[in-house]
Amino acid sequence: MLEIRGLAASINEKPILNGIDLEVPAGEVHAIMGPNGSGKSTLGYVLSGREDYAVTGGTATFNGVDLLAMEPEQRAAAGLFLAFQAPIELPGVNNANFLRTALNALRRAHGESELDAVQFLKLAKAETKRLAMPDDMLKRNVNVGFSGGEKKRNEVLQMALLRPKLAILDETDSGLDIDALKIVADGVNALRRPEFSALVITHHQRLLDYLVPNKVHVLLHGRIVRSGGPELAKELEKSGYAELIAEAA
Amino acid sequence: MAAVTETLDTVQSVTQSGYKWGFETTIEMDFAPKGLSEDIIRLISTRKEEPEWMLEWRLKAYAAWLKMEEPHWARVDHPPIDYQDLHYYAAPKKRAGPKSLDEVDPELLKMYEKLGIPLKERAILAGVDPDTVEDRQVAVDAVFDSVSVATTFQATLRKAGVIFCPISEAIREHPDLVKQYLGTVVPTGDNFFAALNSAVFTDGSFVYIPKGVRCPMELSTYFRINARNTGQFERTLIIAEAGSHVSYLEGCTAPQRDENQLHAAVVELIAMDDAQIKYSTVQNWYPGDANGKGGIYNFVTKRGACRGARSKISWTQVETGSAITWKYPSCVLHGEDSVGEFYSVAVTNNHQQADTGTKMIHIGKGSRSTIISKGISAGHSNNTYRGLVRMLPGAANARNFTQCDSLLIGDQCGAHTVPYIESRNPTAKVEHEATTSKIADDQLFYCRQRGLSEEDAVSLIVNGFCKDVLKELPMEFAVEAQKLLAVSLEGSVG
Repeated sequence: MLEIRGLAASINEKPILNGIDLEVPAGEVHAIMGPNGSGKSTLGYVLSGREDYAVTGGTATFNGVDLLAMEPEQRAAAGLFLAFQAPIELPGVNNANFLRTALNALRRAHGESELDAVQFLKLAKAETKRLAMPDDMLKRNVNVGFSGGEKKRNEVLQMALLRPKLAILDETDSGLDIDALKIVADGVNALRRPEFSALVITHHQRLLDYLVPNKVHVLLHGRIVRSGGPELAKELEKSGYAELIAEAA
Repeated sequence: MAAVTETLDTVQSVTQSGYKWGFETTIEMDFAPKGLSEDIIRLISTRKEEPEWMLEWRLKAYAAWLKMEEPHWARVDHPPIDYQDLHYYAAPKKRAGPKSLDEVDPELLKMYEKLGIPLKERAILAGVDPDTVEDRQVAVDAVFDSVSVATTFQATLRKAGVIFCPISEAIREHPDLVKQYLGTVVPTGDNFFAALNSAVFTDGSFVYIPKGVRCPMELSTYFRINARNTGQFERTLIIAEAGSHVSYLEGCTAPQRDENQLHAAVVELIAMDDAQIKYSTVQNWYPGDANGKGGIYNFVTKRGACRGARSKISWTQVETGSAITWKYPSCVLHGEDSVGEFYSVAVTNNHQQADTGTKMIHIGKGSRSTIISKGISAGHSNNTYRGLVRMLPGAANARNFTQCDSLLIGDQCGAHTVPYIESRNPTAKVEHEATTSKIADDQLFYCRQRGLSEEDAVSLIVNGFCKDVLKELPMEFAVEAQKLLAVSLEGSVG
């Protein structure tokens, strides 16, 4: 599904990613762990097409298509979703309207008919219920005045409605209590199927108790320095990154 | 010879297509000679079959205008206007314009399509001559439609006792009403452009709502068929008697072709006890090309007088057009507990300049006013909010709330806020809030990551920014206005 080879990227001429090799097969959930500043979020941004980052080398293909050549909205239409670490506020923009506009943009791109307001609301209300979110979340302005937990849940709601093929979760678990954490994990687990993959960027092993990954990768100085099974996350939780940092040095 | 003809044709087609909406007129017109003089004013008055008092009124305005100077305090910049180089009276015998839609600039048609304007209306807006043969079907149907709609419309209004007619007709048919109210809100010598308008106005609307009547429908210039060719110097007078209600819609979301570069309209509103007037405008005159060439200069004086207790006047405007907009719809709150409102969205793109805002003059006890202004600047444009809130000594417990928000798109444009506040009553309360923001890259990226195109993302964010104003527009207008905002800002990012 996702194949990354030697991916290098910089921001303001400062190299952040220094040759990432990563393969996420269809149906798998991979976790990316690593200390602050190792390039985890950058990886998410580069894959989703944020313009501030310059790709300086390597390739990334998504179901065989060159991801890096596409505009952000084309990547979204291809099925890529990024759950933001800090979801953006859109003052005056009603959440339901935003979600419907996004969903219809994707449906248009796929040659499907657009949903009218009634059809959409029915769908959205079913999802909010499943995610234990109050209905008024749809009426409020996008992320404006949302608590940290509400913002993260709103990302999960968007993911549930937009049904991506590849979801990148950028520290969606940070700042969440255990109940909210379960909701996020359930949101991803509900999407798990053979044609869905996820890249879960996280600091903590905690989330991975509920969202069990097929593989765990450790990112350091813009490179993947170790890969392993779910046990690697538990190991890191105990020993920390110090050993790896020393090894890399 | 054939080659010469061909060259001429080519030149003609190039100059025409390169100059959208700005078709040169070569058709028969009943022109008054260029320039402004007492004789021209007498000619206008005669042609309009006006009574003697009207002529005197015009001449007085002209005398005042002669002593005045063009104002230059606004943050707008334009080459000097030669007032003696304009035609002040031109009765079109036959309208200049394309003979069918095939001759209309495809760009213009594309814009109509984006705005969702029905085909028939597109022809009228593009100025296709209804009398020409080639496109008879479309144009004639459209005219018939308007006539039938307008006729039904007039019958309903007559039953309610509402007068809604061209002002020139009102001067002839209802002289007492016009004489009593014309120029009482905007005096002939109020300002340079108002004086000019008073001297030479040739058309506009007149509305009279009798006591206690709730006007059965929204009044729109759009349905007044003879107003399709909006004049250069329009004059509108709306009188709402005690306890009456009226909602008036001015303008159209589609850019209208117009040969006149200078527009100086005057609008006067009068609300008696408990009367309410809601005046909504969508202004989309030709803004000039991407380099700022051509384009309409729009110098407008709009003022409402809340004469009666508990009367209310509400201005809502969406301004996206014109090269220059100079416009301050205002309320003079005489009545006790009277209410003035101003809701405005002003969009400038490319090289447009807008200096717009409002004046709220509080005279009556307990009068209240609300000002919500949303300025959006893109391209190389400049957008200024200029507002005055004045609390006079008698305005005990009067209140004003002002909110001015500016949104910048790109880094070549300007937003300016110039609020004046004068309070001469210690119990009056004035609040002013202002914000300036940019459409942030992360907002755009967030929307695009969810699948929206860049233009849809801008449109969504801008509509969110303007929501407080758009919700004040009558439903149908609001939907059109949203589309218009999107079209006006196309290509403003990236």
